[in-house]
Amino acid sequence: MSDLVASLERAVVVRGGFPLLSGVDLQLAPATMTVLTGANGAGKTTLLRLLGGLVAMTSGSGRVCGVDLARDDLRALRRKVGWLGHEPSFYDDLSVRENLTFAARALGRPLDELAPALERVGLSDRRDVSARRLSAGQRRRLGLAWLLVRRPDLWLLDEPYAALDVDGRHFLDELFADVVAAGASVVVSAHDTLGATSRDVTTVRLVGGRVETRA
Amino acid sequence: MIRVAWLVAGKDLRVEGRSRVLLWQVVPFGAMALLLSGLALGPARAGRSSAAPGLFFLVMLFVTLLMVARSRALDAPAGTRDSIATLGLDPAGVFLGKTLALAVELWATGALLLAGTVVVLHANLAGTLAASGNVAVTLAALAAAGVLHGALSGGGEGSATLLPLLSLPAFAPLLIAGERAYSAALGRGGLWEWWTISLVALVAYLGLGILLYGVLDES
Repeated sequence: MSDLVASLERAVVVRGGFPLLSGVDLQLAPATMTVLTGANGAGKTTLLRLLGGLVAMTSGSGRVCGVDLARDDLRALRRKVGWLGHEPSFYDDLSVRENLTFAARALGRPLDELAPALERVGLSDRRDVSARRLSAGQRRRLGLAWLLVRRPDLWLLDEPYAALDVDGRHFLDELFADVVAAGASVVVSAHDTLGATSRDVTTVRLVGGRVETRA
Repeated sequence: MIRVAWLVAGKDLRVEGRSRVLLWQVVPFGAMALLLSGLALGPARAGRSSAAPGLFFLVMLFVTLLMVARSRALDAPAGTRDSIATLGLDPAGVFLGKTLALAVELWATGALLLAGTVVVLHANLAGTLAASGNVAVTLAALAAAGVLHGALSGGGEGSATLLPLLSLPAFAPLLIAGERAYSAALGRGGLWEWWTISLVALVAYLGLGILLYGVLDES
């Protein structure tokens, strides 16, 4: 169990009296890619948020990146994961470079990692543009650059493939392959299995806040 | 904590500098409020002068509420909150940084409005200058109390109306102390006892914020 990046047993998350997760069992090995699938309301986003320490576990047990979800301070976990939500949002009045600089300084990362990250996501020529003026796809790329600067042990992305063209999907596939090759784990949510990817991925299907199948 | 405070303060001030909400919306609002208050007092110079400290701090109350709501709004979008949360910033540092940024904004606005009290309300210039130190401390205390109560009111629906309700009881002693100190500096009583109240309030709110901001913001 200690080798696992994440391990959940009967994890339950209740919000407003409504169970968002109703007893999830999940194990994530290092350097793997996992896709969470399921219909709307199945619990994909909540599971991602639980893995990222962004929502507290109501009952059950779990350990992510060495942090006990029931006992430890979730802020310690948040520093170890990289999170990219469905609608990534930044400081709109700051430029691309300033947003990344803020993140790098907050995490104590060297600023010379910004340029390669921007280059990797194809935003080098937009670095001095305010985040407000980026398109939806470019905002997502800025979010990915934010993660590249962070170099987290666990990447958590909520529907990163949504509304992407073929080139965008290709780009994500290559990026995730590199991340996994570097030893980090990636968990993404999707409405369906990833048709575009040719890599080996573990697919976890959620139904009604529980894991239905794992393949 | 100090490193995070500088980082957050720099970010908030840079965002404010770019958006110019303070310059084009809050300062004109404060100036208009001061001007209209002066007009409502009529043409008598003595009446205006004696009301200047109270009107100044009344307008600064409105400005503070606007700027606290603005400070909260910077980090309010769900995506931004999540992105910032995963940075794992020290909440005490975030509190100090947001307080520092808000205090700088209030000092800038307060300096302009103090000039307005001299021009529009005929407050004595020397007395106003003598009061400026206490005004700065009072505005810093308002900033600390505002950031703390901003976290208390949350960022969701209803927070805009909840914020004044929650923060007015905390602001009231600060406003009274500030007004009395300004009046004293204009020659109507002792100054230093009001300085003490403002300083103690500033230290108390900074201490409370360092201890409680993380809990309030998280909840």
